[in-house]
Amino acid sequence: MVPINYYLFLAAALFCLGMFGVLVRRNALIVFMCVELMLNAANLTFLAFARMRGDSIGHVSAFFVIAVAAAEASIGLAIVIAVFRSRGSVNIEDIKTMKH
Amino acid sequence: MNIEQVLFGAFAFLTLLSAALVIFAKSPVSAAMALVSTFFFLAGIYVLLWAHTVAALQVLVYAGAIMVLFLFVIMLLNLGEEAPGPRLTLGRIAGGAAATGLLVVLSMAIAKVPNRVTTLSESAAHEFGTMKTIGTAIFTQWLLPFEAVSLLLLVAMVGAVVVAKSRI
Repeated sequence: MVPINYYLFLAAALFCLGMFGVLVRRNALIVFMCVELMLNAANLTFLAFARMRGDSIGHVSAFFVIAVAAAEASIGLAIVIAVFRSRGSVNIEDIKTMKH
Repeated sequence: MNIEQVLFGAFAFLTLLSAALVIFAKSPVSAAMALVSTFFFLAGIYVLLWAHTVAALQVLVYAGAIMVLFLFVIMLLNLGEEAPGPRLTLGRIAGGAAATGLLVVLSMAIAKVPNRVTTLSESAAHEFGTMKTIGTAIFTQWLLPFEAVSLLLLVAMVGAVVVAKSRI
């Protein structure tokens, strides 16, 4: 049996990789992909604790996270399309209208 | 080393490798392909955690539906490769430092988690993570959140159409 800490450490490493991508990449689509990586890291933590405690609440939480991620992806990509149509770019450094 | 440890090591290594490929990919298409393989290897990790139903959902919803949506948008926008910026900017160094710092803090917290896995009885272990168990939990204890999520998906669907439409 693999210790639960290993799964948690894998989730932490995945989350940090995703956070690094969100902070560093300039392409809005790749930033969205990195957000998906972070959501998957959260899912992995839920499932690891569900296995540790032996109940299925963590599985239900992972199910909800997947559903919310689907909603987030559809809305986010629609916004990317709208921005690309008005600016002709998906580089997040070019999009400064709301910057004060 | 038994088979579970070998499989965990292989899946964990491949997951982190493809996640790193997502971050360092030049074009969005190769990043999306690396993300698909990340999702598949994570599904393997979920099976090792006895979460078969969530692993199936992962492959169906994430690797199937969400990634098709991503690829569709990438093809629609028809982007070229990102212009290579300067290698080490202040923002990149700060991002790397923030991610490393968070990883160190999280590892210190994780090292304190006691490694006590609840031993399940044979019938409970047989039921754990099946569609039946999760469905019972969702439709009894978690019915209201489930309905809220279905409303959320409806709102997201209508909102995506409204936002992406050229003229309302």
